Amino acid sequence: MAELNQDSGGGKKGGKVRSKKQGGRVDLTAMVDLAFLLITFFMLTTSLNKPNAMDVTVPDKNKDDLEDRLEVADDRTTTILLAGDNKIVWYSGMFDTPLEGPETVDYGAEGIRKVLLRRLAEVPQRTGEDLIVVIRPSDDATHRNLVDILDEMKIVNAQKFSLGNILEIENEFLRQHNLLSN
Amino acid sequence: MARAKVKRASTVIDMTAMCDVSFLLLTFFVLTATARQPEALEVDTPASVTQVKIPDDKLGMVTVGDGGKLFFGVKGPQIRTRMLETMSENYNIQFTEEEKARFALMDEFGVPMHNLKQLIAMDMEQRAKPGLQPGIPSDTTNNLSNEMYHWIHAARTATAALYNEQMRISIKGDANEKYPDIKKVIDILQDQNLNRFSLITKLKGGVEAISGDEE
Repeated sequence: MAELNQDSGGGKKGGKVRSKKQGGRVDLTAMVDLAFLLITFFMLTTSLNKPNAMDVTVPDKNKDDLEDRLEVADDRTTTILLAGDNKIVWYSGMFDTPLEGPETVDYGAEGIRKVLLRRLAEVPQRTGEDLIVVIRPSDDATHRNLVDILDEMKIVNAQKFSLGNILEIENEFLRQHNLLSN
Repeated sequence: MARAKVKRASTVIDMTAMCDVSFLLLTFFVLTATARQPEALEVDTPASVTQVKIPDDKLGMVTVGDGGKLFFGVKGPQIRTRMLETMSENYNIQFTEEEKARFALMDEFGVPMHNLKQLIAMDMEQRAKPGLQPGIPSDTTNNLSNEMYHWIHAARTATAALYNEQMRISIKGDANEKYPDIKKVIDILQDQNLNRFSLITKLKGGVEAISGDEE
């Protein structure tokens, strides 16, 4: 197809003086390079551009009884309050009679992840059942905080977690510690 | 040992076929790459390690941004047309066939029902002007005043009627949006007994995502 003069590479010293044909073989290497570069670019942008979807399941809302709660042993739960200023307050058990905490920690590997990993390891040992994490965002928490903490659940592989409404006493606690503005 | 000198094969490789193939692929990718539509409301989604991509169809998306403004968009023109018909019945606003056709091409919108006609009449550049669309009104009731509730409901019934499938719903919130605004959307979904939804995030790159996977 494109090999117009097959014997141009030999360089034989023929007796005949041939008039050199113009533009026999074009070096396509650079063109192929460029084409592949562009292919790579378009391939990556088509798939990477798509946002990710993080699945969330929330407990069924019982409209008739807002205080409807499932009774669980308080040594199985860890409650995470998403306070303002990118801080987390966590405690175990009930807020009035906490078994541990409340303690203020940061997001990320050094903060809440350590707590969760420890609780995830010790709760099944002691009670034989999984840890239940209750996430309660305050009004000062941002969407980023919510996604971060749900992400953390995925990272530490916590199977049981739920998203709940913050209680007034918890709000009060956050206000006292300057972690909630109003 | 002296060997007879083998004539070296020419190092010049015929690149023509390779070039052909690569440009064919290139053309394919260029054409399939969807041009990014101008978004009615730009939001900066938070990052997560989730690697599940959002589905391409049968998806309703509520965008929350710019201080709690709600926008709504549905994938699929047929669903949009059907949804608009339901809404025009609910709110007693009639749309012409042309308006329906134009609405079917709108990815996302955020205006109250009584301003929808004006929005449909605009062209795409005008619609994308930031701050032009005030967001879809919503409140905590299930009445007609909570337009967001009815849009989602209409989209879900349209999807169920057309494809006999559940519509997936996702919330695309700005990272700096306060939780009460997100909560408002979650409550609207829960009022329809929709307890499964997804949050749209972008991929978190770098060290943290990798170290996280080891745990």
